[in-house]
Amino acid sequence: MKSAVIIFPGSNRDRDMIKALEKISGQPVATVWHTETALPDVDLVVLPGGFSYGDYLRSGAIAARSPIMQAVKDAADKGRHVLGVCNGFQMLTEAGLLPGALMRNASLHFVCKEVMLKTENTNTAFTSKMEKGAVWRCPVAHHDGNYFADAETLAQIEGNGQVAFRYADGTNPNGSLNDIAGITNAKGNVLGMMPHPENLIEDLHGGLQGRAMFESVFANLAAA
Amino acid sequence: MKARVTVTLKNGVLDPQGKAIEGSLGSLGFDGVEGVRQGKVFDIVLTDRDAEAAKAEIEAMCEKLLANTVIENYAIELL
Repeated sequence: MKSAVIIFPGSNRDRDMIKALEKISGQPVATVWHTETALPDVDLVVLPGGFSYGDYLRSGAIAARSPIMQAVKDAADKGRHVLGVCNGFQMLTEAGLLPGALMRNASLHFVCKEVMLKTENTNTAFTSKMEKGAVWRCPVAHHDGNYFADAETLAQIEGNGQVAFRYADGTNPNGSLNDIAGITNAKGNVLGMMPHPENLIEDLHGGLQGRAMFESVFANLAAA
Repeated sequence: MKARVTVTLKNGVLDPQGKAIEGSLGSLGFDGVEGVRQGKVFDIVLTDRDAEAAKAEIEAMCEKLLANTVIENYAIELL
């Protein structure tokens, strides 16, 4: 089970992500600079959190158009798995790999805190080892996490079960429609989420609840 | 030649920044402000070319980068 993390100018959660992937998979993780045009032969491609290009224009907008992203789109089309966390989620929507958009938090504040997440769909490679309906604590840190999609798209996402995670217990930190915290594409091989499961994988983090997601994807991709 | 692109949020898309500005205008005593929507302006300098070609080029720029057409509309003006 091989994974790669793509690094953009302004990424700052890339090292956390690499550590989490290494610790949980027990395998080295490839890193790919955004100007590359090809991906190494990996099962999972991760777009990490941060402030690529200083969030200029729109969060994730410029990174989503960087040279490596064509290879990421091609990999996703071929059914390879792609995970975007925080800024990575913003890039996936900007790149058109996931529907909708992530707008400025309704409060206008940057939020850096813990929220409660409900696992909605366990029928994906990313979530199959998680407990459906379980509510777990997870950190968020973002300014633009307010998920928006037009009514028709939203109905489609909900109808297809594309909502992987929802903010629970009234902890929606950003005004996201339907409390959406993470969604997949229709095929289920691309997941974007604002919260940071990579920051909840060892005791020093204060919890291990983020591990289940990585364990799911590694187990499923190793079996594939 | 110069062009101006104005990018605005589509109707129905919540604009918390516009709302905050509206609130601030009210607190400054500007009565009768019924709404504020915030947008962006891009002033673009192009090498000289035919107006139709320029518009087509800028439209492609808007579709590919300047606007996120999920949430934004754009208008192009040649100056």
